[in-house]
Amino acid sequence: MARKITYQQAVNEALDQEMARDPSVIVMGEDVVGGQGSPGEMDAWGGVLGVTKGLYAKHGDRIMDTPITESGYIGAAVGAATCGMRPVAELMFIDFMGVCLDQIFNQAGKFKYMFGGKAETPVVIRAMYGAGFRAAAQHSQCLYSVFTHFPGIKVVLPSTPYDVKGLLIQSIRDNDPVMFLEHKMLYTLEGEVPEEPYTIPFGEANLVREGGDVTIVGFGRMVHLAAEVADKLAKEGISCDVIDPRTTSPLDEETILESIENTGRLVVVDESNPRCSMASDIAELAATKAFSSLKAAIQTVTAPHVPTPFAASLEDAYIPSVDHIEAAVRKALK
Amino acid sequence: MSDSIKEITMPKWGLSMKEGKLLEWSVNEGDEISKGDEIADVETEKIASAVEAPASGKLRKIVTENDTVYPVGALLGVIADDSVSDDEVNAYVEKFLAEFVPPEDDDEEEVSASEFIDINGLNIRYVSKGEGDDTILLIHGFGGDLDNWLFNHDDLVARTGKKVIALDLPGHGQSSKSVGDGSQDFLADTVIAFMKAVGVDKAHLVGHSMGGAVALNIASKQADMVNSLSLICSAGLGKEINLEYLDGFIGSDSRKQIKPFLQQLFADVDLVTRQLINNMLQYKRLDGVTAALQQIKDGFIEGASQKKQFNDVLGSVSKASVIWGAKDQIIPASHKDNISGGNVEVLSVADAGHMVQMEAAKEVNEAIANTVA
Amino acid sequence: MSELSKNQLLDAYRMMRTIRDFEVRVHDEFAKGGIPGFVHLYAGEEASATGICMHLNDEDRIASTHRGHGHCIAKGVDVMGMMAEIYGKETGTCKGKGGSMHIADLDRGMLGANGIVGGGPPLICGVGLAHKMRGTDGVGIAFFGDGASNQGTTLEAMNLATVWNLPCIFVVENNGYAETTSSEWSVSCDSYADRAAGFGMPGTTCDGHDFFAVHETAGEAIKRARSGGGPSFIEVKLNRYYGHFEGDSQTYRGDNEVEKIKAEKDCLMLFRKRVTEANLLDASEMDAIDKEVAELIDESVKKAEAAAEPSVDTLLTDVYVSY
Repeated sequence: MARKITYQQAVNEALDQEMARDPSVIVMGEDVVGGQGSPGEMDAWGGVLGVTKGLYAKHGDRIMDTPITESGYIGAAVGAATCGMRPVAELMFIDFMGVCLDQIFNQAGKFKYMFGGKAETPVVIRAMYGAGFRAAAQHSQCLYSVFTHFPGIKVVLPSTPYDVKGLLIQSIRDNDPVMFLEHKMLYTLEGEVPEEPYTIPFGEANLVREGGDVTIVGFGRMVHLAAEVADKLAKEGISCDVIDPRTTSPLDEETILESIENTGRLVVVDESNPRCSMASDIAELAATKAFSSLKAAIQTVTAPHVPTPFAASLEDAYIPSVDHIEAAVRKALK
Repeated sequence: MSDSIKEITMPKWGLSMKEGKLLEWSVNEGDEISKGDEIADVETEKIASAVEAPASGKLRKIVTENDTVYPVGALLGVIADDSVSDDEVNAYVEKFLAEFVPPEDDDEEEVSASEFIDINGLNIRYVSKGEGDDTILLIHGFGGDLDNWLFNHDDLVARTGKKVIALDLPGHGQSSKSVGDGSQDFLADTVIAFMKAVGVDKAHLVGHSMGGAVALNIASKQADMVNSLSLICSAGLGKEINLEYLDGFIGSDSRKQIKPFLQQLFADVDLVTRQLINNMLQYKRLDGVTAALQQIKDGFIEGASQKKQFNDVLGSVSKASVIWGAKDQIIPASHKDNISGGNVEVLSVADAGHMVQMEAAKEVNEAIANTVA
Repeated sequence: MSELSKNQLLDAYRMMRTIRDFEVRVHDEFAKGGIPGFVHLYAGEEASATGICMHLNDEDRIASTHRGHGHCIAKGVDVMGMMAEIYGKETGTCKGKGGSMHIADLDRGMLGANGIVGGGPPLICGVGLAHKMRGTDGVGIAFFGDGASNQGTTLEAMNLATVWNLPCIFVVENNGYAETTSSEWSVSCDSYADRAAGFGMPGTTCDGHDFFAVHETAGEAIKRARSGGGPSFIEVKLNRYYGHFEGDSQTYRGDNEVEKIKAEKDCLMLFRKRVTEANLLDASEMDAIDKEVAELIDESVKKAEAAAEPSVDTLLTDVYVSY
């Protein structure tokens, strides 16, 4: 059994250990040190939520603040990666993808293919996502389905402190461009995390609960809500497989399909807006590859097709809840 | 009156266990049960196992719900004979439940019980329980750690009154993952150095699987440091070994890959829970582990056989026991018959596999206690 | 001019001639219908790529635009592979999977032609960053057009290179037209050197028809970058002969505009004139080069036409290093 640290500390530890191990790892982003050029404290912030605090003291110039210039520095990270560096660039909020998307999906994601196999672009772009902070429409989106769509990009969304450290180390060591997405509401979540460095392979789902009645696939923070529902229903004698894919690209299709073949009933829980979401992607997977196993219509639980609202009452109604999930599971069982 | 009411409570298996999930009972209210019977299935973070009846009598009341988690020490049920009325039973239960305080969060207990010591530049983790001049040293096997002794450590302290130490070998558990040249001598020398460093000049060595070969190696190098040997499904007593298991275990990187190999370790495959698989994968994914395991395997195996046999060493130790699970799929149980001469007790446990110290803990602990007496 | 050795002058001429003949031939073949997709030709602009890339080695990297053939050739990318790539054949530099707009050869320090206007400059900041972190003296050069000069990515990259003091050179090849729109109309500053100054970066202008002017201007900027002096901006004023893409009838240009430029300012013509008048090279030496290049280009087309298209097996390969 290992000591307990928070999700955010686990991110910090992964960065720290990889920077110590490999001099080609560099970190950049807005305020990731916090105080560059300013008269007061250096490392004033260590990232807007303090995730990268302390790295400057240990690694100096290898972690750098950038101007507010996403296209500029995300592109620089991509370019440096083609020269053999391993940059970890922070896109502060996934919602800012609009101002740098070209460098990610048209450049980084396509070099290897367009250039006939010669290029390698080992860049990691970390970003916060998710609602619950009352941060409103432009700071609360999920958007991982958008990146999942792009060939050439890998997409990682860890849901626990153990997963986030292992997957971030894996992402840094991986030789393809990786979008590494951290749900902002999970930063304070505590969990057991080994002190030593370790990796978790991509495309390997985590089976969070095991059961034969219903398959629940959840993403990011939704995994925890799904587990809560599964535990509640277990008392009624309903047992659920709760699957956390951990990476949407590559996706562990096998685990999901095997589970559906066993249960015949699928509920997908995705905090995103519904159109062209991971919910629709998994539903498509089940409908095309496990159709004959399905005993009931596929249920999806998502946010509605609206921007994220500000008011607490509205945001709470927007985010899928345990009640929504439970209702969907019961519906799947009819 | 209340003397004749016996509590069945959630047991504590190992240091880190705080709670267990009661899956279901295998007996019903009103059944007569005997002390030691397995009466309910419980799953923990580490393993699934069964609660044993603490006494004989009639199972008067079950107070749990199936598939529900209860803290260690919580009341599960009550045994009493017919002379005790239902009212008395109910009153007892109510009192217990009203007064019950679950043990405090004992992360501290577990963390502080784990000690670390530097041995030749390696950080070695160990847990020491009990007091006394006489020491039993538990040595786990390939890919294992000191938690393999989950069902043995405390029981041995209770049975023998001796100090019982379990360590994580290099490359394993929470010890350093460097394994030197990976040789059997490296492991044995490290354990010898460990013993000296913790002030144990002589010990009763208990070795499981590869740990048994380590114990035998120590006995052959430093007979004066060995009081007795208890060898459980041990390596080093014959040539045959399940190479497919070793290679498969080393090469597995996913739940799907590793599960069938872990299942080979037990006679009852249901003991290989999701958590057990997860814990094993977490260990294997630590930096350096796969390389360390490969090195150690190469130190033990030539082609498809074990490199070294220590059968003659058994004869030179004053007291020894060889314990095998009859259904061992990793190292053939027939190796227990390779013993000749010496003061060696041989025990075969019918319904157990390679991890016999977990599957038949009581019998194994009893045998060890006899050997060290 | 006197700094360059005879061999260097011959190399410069060969380079420009190779680019010219390559582009003219692609123009001809495209018109015949032999080449798929779009091509954007560099004919007329040869002195820019040549004058700048002559200073570079394989450790230096350049990023280019959709009009990238000239930069590729100047950076040393194999002409045979390039022609095959443009034809979409398996022997192409990118195995037929990139095409004209994405020709790249990382071994030669050519980070690719780019289909996204303004896609290159941020990548070049990355090149500069890598050299800076490693302490090596390589440089990154971003070639872009007057069209890209207004793109946010270009301006961001200029700012970033300055605040991080990166060994990057920003080269705007101002041919006066962003597709059909004149730079007069779309570029807000009168002189790019002024715009560079606004970013705190030294900026110079040179005549892109004059190889020697380009070469000298570039030499200063590259030297500055290599020695830790930070980024520079160079405006190369030049003209393209062909349309934005092949098929563009260029009706937006003035009457006889291109003919006039060819007659008065053609960079190959001007180079020849200067080196022969200064007795640095013989006309016959350059004629010999003309002949060799013509054969080279001819061979490249023959080989490209004969080569096979990539097999369908390669459709799904090389998306990831591992998946």
